[in-house]
Amino acid sequence: MTKFTLSRRSLLKSAAAGLVTAPVFGIERAAAAGLTIGIIYVGPRDDYGWNQAHAVAAKALKLVPGVTVVEEENVPETIAVQKTMESMIQLDGAKLIFATSFGYFDPHMVEMAKKFPQVEFRHAIGLWQKDKHPSNAGSYYAYLHQAHYVDGIAAGLSTKTGKLGFIAAKPISSVLSNINAFAMGVRKVNPTATVQVIFTGDWALPVREAEAANALADSGCDVLTCHVDSPKVVVETAEKRGVKSCGHNASQASLAPKGFITGAEYKWETVYKYFADLLAKGQKLPNFERGGYDKDYVQNTAFGAGATEEAKKAAAAAIADLKANKPYVSGPLKDNKGVEVLAAGKVVDNYDVFLETTNYLVEGVVGSMT
Amino acid sequence: MSETTTSLEAGGGVGGLTVDRLAGLLRAAEAIVIPIGAVVVSAAIFSLFLLALGKSPVTFFDLLWRGGYGSAFSWQNTLVRTAPLIFTALCVAVPARLGLVIIGGEGALVLGGFAAAVVALPLLGHAPPWVVMPAMFLAAMLAGSVWIAIVGALRHHRGVNETIASLLMFYIAVAILNFFVEGALRSPVDPNKPSTTPIGPTNMVGEIPGLGVHWGLAFGVVLAILCHVLMTRTTFGFAARVAGGNVRAARAQGLPVGRLIVISCALAGASAGIAGYFEVAAILGKANASLAAGYGFTGILVSFLARHNPLAIPPVAVLFGGLAAAGGLIQRRMGLPDATVQVLQGLIFVVILISETLYGRFAIFDREAKR
Repeated sequence: MTKFTLSRRSLLKSAAAGLVTAPVFGIERAAAAGLTIGIIYVGPRDDYGWNQAHAVAAKALKLVPGVTVVEEENVPETIAVQKTMESMIQLDGAKLIFATSFGYFDPHMVEMAKKFPQVEFRHAIGLWQKDKHPSNAGSYYAYLHQAHYVDGIAAGLSTKTGKLGFIAAKPISSVLSNINAFAMGVRKVNPTATVQVIFTGDWALPVREAEAANALADSGCDVLTCHVDSPKVVVETAEKRGVKSCGHNASQASLAPKGFITGAEYKWETVYKYFADLLAKGQKLPNFERGGYDKDYVQNTAFGAGATEEAKKAAAAAIADLKANKPYVSGPLKDNKGVEVLAAGKVVDNYDVFLETTNYLVEGVVGSMT
Repeated sequence: MSETTTSLEAGGGVGGLTVDRLAGLLRAAEAIVIPIGAVVVSAAIFSLFLLALGKSPVTFFDLLWRGGYGSAFSWQNTLVRTAPLIFTALCVAVPARLGLVIIGGEGALVLGGFAAAVVALPLLGHAPPWVVMPAMFLAAMLAGSVWIAIVGALRHHRGVNETIASLLMFYIAVAILNFFVEGALRSPVDPNKPSTTPIGPTNMVGEIPGLGVHWGLAFGVVLAILCHVLMTRTTFGFAARVAGGNVRAARAQGLPVGRLIVISCALAGASAGIAGYFEVAAILGKANASLAAGYGFTGILVSFLARHNPLAIPPVAVLFGGLAAAGGLIQRRMGLPDATVQVLQGLIFVVILISETLYGRFAIFDREAKR
């Protein structure tokens, strides 16, 4: 009994001592001479998709002399991401934070940008607005829909049935713009073809993605593509069913040696290196950075066995046009309910925010957003 | 548990007082030493796991300390993650006294947060914060309590297993949230993250002055104390414990078992609903899919580690909050995957469950042996 009391007392003592000395430890930073950049992912870094596309770029960024990259994966879109940012700033001395998931932007990144005005925050895809958001925050986006348009052109010339399938996560702008771009590409080279879309409802639902892929293959689609976090399941299922596929986010060419046509890939590396370079030179980072093929922000995966010669040629020509920043969206354009979206003769510039606020499916897409 | 209480209550006599007090202390000591021992054992097993990966356990625990508890910032980081865990752990602990294993607190959290955001919608711009904030709070409590009360009612009236029912109802809760947030209640403000209309800064819950943590933490601690009082100092709590100990005996005593089950579940759900309220009103400012962040599931571990004792829940929640807070630092400094901390959490959970069999096995804690 006495012994127990003693040990309890000493336990309490040491606990109290721990509490008192705790603040003395203070904040200790990892010594970093040059620039420290923090990158935050919402999922695993090796997901064959969205997060991997960023992680590949982070790897390239690490090779830049004077740049230290700290990464954290599986960070939820809650207070956790605020604390991760704060931890990267306080403990690792990060001067630039890349937040790569939709839900990180508001309120989390905005709050942290207000709290740490000397640190730069940039968000993938978010819509930074000058009058609403802090000036040390911003957003960057690569026009992946341009690469999906190229996918569509290659797919439209590689299909036999004229029926193509698109498996999509959620009916939000960035996804809708990719579906529409794919469909416009398909119908440019194959005006009677249709793109059937299935929404799974969330970013990562492998079982439902496989079901959707099978359902589309059953209904006669002979090319499948998708916009979900990890296209692995869709591309693999397509290959198993003997239908062709186009990729998304990162390269899935190795998953479908027989039917892979091409894929829409981000090239975040260009954006990240550009930002690191500006900071090294002591220059202000742009708050609203956008770009597509013209700035080397997106690319298409090298053609696979599923692409016909005709498809390769047409896709290469489309890429050349996009590199020259030629607009690819123009009127007359109707949505799939017959409502006019663009009047005849109207041409949409590749940098027009119109393309980022898509809330309709274009003509030729079979399916509904609700 | 009920055995301890009866012996304490019986020990009112002059002669029995010291012996019974000693017995009570020893029981309390047992309830502290065994879980701490379990945590130490899991840390030891985890160290072997790290060594197998070629990583240093010393570095790991050093980073764990620094990331979770080593500085003012890490304490803030820990406590901010602690708050929701207290509420969701109480959602497990209260029905556990009746022998119910409710694991779907996450569903009540999601719907609580959703209800809070929805109730605010018609009031925004028309009512002052002192109307909006209580309305949101009550709506969250109500939604959460109804959700888990359904589980209790199904259990009592239809014999549906409450564990499975509560888990499956979590998926329904998320589906309901997504259906409205991506449909009728979607705000046009954010094109890429479907959410309800933001409640605005004036309706947000502030921080506890000087702590940098929102008021949810203080609410959580108070609620834990209230639950303790309810369970140990009231006839309701006594009846619940009797029903949890032996349902037939409770029925024979004429206790309203069904009502006890449904009320306990409603209280549990209300607690998880409050967690949802604070997620919306103190952090997100709107309801969206980020509400389902796993607090409800970590709360299960917290409650089991606290042996469903409401007073033990806040300190255990601090432990798990610290693990989560340090997780990021460990990832960045040691190059370990995010799952590492989850492996440690899982180990702690399994060892705690195994250690349940140790109660009453050590002579040192046994009053009879001491005599």
